[in-house]
Amino acid sequence: MPSLWIQNARVIDPASKRDAVGDLFVRDGVLVASLSAADKKRARKIDASGLVACPGLVDIHVHFREPGQTHKETIATGSRAAAAGGFTTVVCMPNTSPVADNAGTIQYIKDAIRRDAVVKVLPTGCITVGMKGQALAPIGSLARAGVVAITDDGDCVQSNDLMRRAVEYAKMFDLCVMDHCQDHSMTQGAVMNEGVVSTRLGLRGWPNAAEDLIVARNVILSEYTGAHIHLQHISSKFSVDVIRRAKQRGARITAEATPHHIALTDEALSTYDTNFKMNPPLRTEVDRLALIDGLRDGTLDIIATDHAPHTDYEKDREFDYAPNGILGLETSLPITLEILVRQNKFKLPRVIDLMTRRPAELLKLPAGTLKEGAAADICLFDPTEKWRYDAKAGHSKSANSPWHGQTLTGRVRTTIVDGRVVYQNGKINER
Amino acid sequence: MPWSRRHLLTIEELSLDEINQIHATAAAFKAVLGRRVKRVPALRGKTIVNLFLEPSTRTRISFEMAAKLLSAEVISFDAAASSTTKGETLRDTAQNIQALNADMIVLRHAASGSPLYLSRVLDIPVVNAGDGAHEHPTQGLLDTFTMKEHLGSLRGRKVVILGDILFSRVARSNIHALTKLGADVTLVGPSTLVPDWFTELGVRVSHNLKSALADAEVVMLLRIQHERQGASHFPSLGEYTSMFGLNKTRASWLNPKAIIMHPGPINRGVEIDSELADGDRSVILEQVTNGIAVRMAALYLCAGGQPENVAPVE
Repeated sequence: MPSLWIQNARVIDPASKRDAVGDLFVRDGVLVASLSAADKKRARKIDASGLVACPGLVDIHVHFREPGQTHKETIATGSRAAAAGGFTTVVCMPNTSPVADNAGTIQYIKDAIRRDAVVKVLPTGCITVGMKGQALAPIGSLARAGVVAITDDGDCVQSNDLMRRAVEYAKMFDLCVMDHCQDHSMTQGAVMNEGVVSTRLGLRGWPNAAEDLIVARNVILSEYTGAHIHLQHISSKFSVDVIRRAKQRGARITAEATPHHIALTDEALSTYDTNFKMNPPLRTEVDRLALIDGLRDGTLDIIATDHAPHTDYEKDREFDYAPNGILGLETSLPITLEILVRQNKFKLPRVIDLMTRRPAELLKLPAGTLKEGAAADICLFDPTEKWRYDAKAGHSKSANSPWHGQTLTGRVRTTIVDGRVVYQNGKINER
Repeated sequence: MPWSRRHLLTIEELSLDEINQIHATAAAFKAVLGRRVKRVPALRGKTIVNLFLEPSTRTRISFEMAAKLLSAEVISFDAAASSTTKGETLRDTAQNIQALNADMIVLRHAASGSPLYLSRVLDIPVVNAGDGAHEHPTQGLLDTFTMKEHLGSLRGRKVVILGDILFSRVARSNIHALTKLGADVTLVGPSTLVPDWFTELGVRVSHNLKSALADAEVVMLLRIQHERQGASHFPSLGEYTSMFGLNKTRASWLNPKAIIMHPGPINRGVEIDSELADGDRSVILEQVTNGIAVRMAALYLCAGGQPENVAPVE
């Protein structure tokens, strides 16, 4: 593999507090301080003038649908969408078909990753057998098989006792438990946020209280057991308040926000467009602003996309019957830059931190930094380039994005994984 | 302003002028209903398909009647008989109907927003005959038409809508029609079925039946829809009736000239006393008859007709 010499980039690496124009050097897939004169001559040079060079982005919440739902996405297509979005490490959810609740299925996924993935894809396992919320999955075997966390994503464990045992047991393996916080008894048939807009549209409402209850439950269980619980895609102001106070007490709670929850509100549903249907649902402006405040003061730790592909024909139907979820990987960076940097005056290194070092540290992944000796996982992006996002021409197998056809600002130009350029200027560099 | 709308999807999107145009057209058609020969040739040669994917008797028959009186061909089918039970999507079903040369679709569907969805998929007009808990525009139009017949202008008139508002498309269509027509609207019912969010639609919300009914000129009762509710919205039908059912005593709180309305089907003895439903102040069956005229107007206008072209009444 040729050495790489990335020249004249604005290098931002929150882990080493670096933010200066300069060069990056890569030899044998690893970041190095410099190259020898001979190596420099031979190195592949990338002129990054005007671009930001940051650690490859890390997303700990994606759905790649393999095995079993490969009409929506595969590890091959999902990892290419990740590369196109500047991501070099992603963590995929276990709600596949069959669900990833045993070591055999994890091995199947790992084989597919080794064969097909162009970025680092890491599997998670289920908390409960069949993701049914009734009996613990073989969490120890899952840990040994290499999962980086366990979660019943989408099917929040309803039994408080079972959740208590799960986090207590997972703690033994130093395994994070990630939870999609939803009290099912309060959300039967619900398809959007409960409030003025659902009342007007005649759609069944999903009250934020159903999230807040489980967030509070998880805070209580984390403090009671000392286990690390990660709260997925927080959407409500009240939940942000609960998490803030828990963190002040030192609870081992972490939480994420998605680009869509910080960018959009339930007002976007007025035309029943199913590309705005996801779970948890888009909430109100008050909630949206509270999420941004939570990211500002560290109550919310990271940005994660909940990249959830569905085909056109699945999404193209009555609102009540369309599946939940939207794409996220190819739009996460521009949307987050728009909302946090341009609209809310976050410093750029701070936002990169939310998308690199912090998610990596949250799951103790060897990623998210440009320090010497680290794997050369790098994202080069132009923070000011305007481009029209065409979801149908994207790298995901699906096109269910609320930003389809919109002009976005900030574009990933090059994605490098272990020193190999896997994506450059719109094209995947196939092996 | 000439009528320009091809679809009738919601009352929320109609202007006051459009509501009045539909009412004026309906009044002309109502006069036709009084003639010996009731049929007019307005939609001769057109085929209207009633696509009813949720059970309905009155609305479907009313639309069929309206279409026939306009000389259109009508084909009606319901969910049980259609391919939707075999897993065909709404889009495919509707596109097949369009390919069969239908000129218009009247849609009844359990999912809110589905008429809007269909209007974007099809080239032919779509008339909403009720979508989930969202809207039932022809019902709102016929209800306000009936109120106007009894009260004249509705500006400032006190109207109470009583019952299961949360799950009611009839309530939402009436709220939009009545607020545009300037009526003073109060929603009444158990707090679990009448959330305060409705105040954002320009109406009052009350859980006190006596103060709400005081001097009201119209009370519209809504059916308690057991089939849409979870088990937890109120304790029992008996308790509902004891707290919110309209009986003679409570009816005496109304303005002496008040009319009592109900979109049907009625649960006698639940939301309304049987005697009141049949009494002098009840206009429930007038609503049904007016429904034909209003639906004739809706079909006629969406098919491209203009209000002023309706045959002048002798």
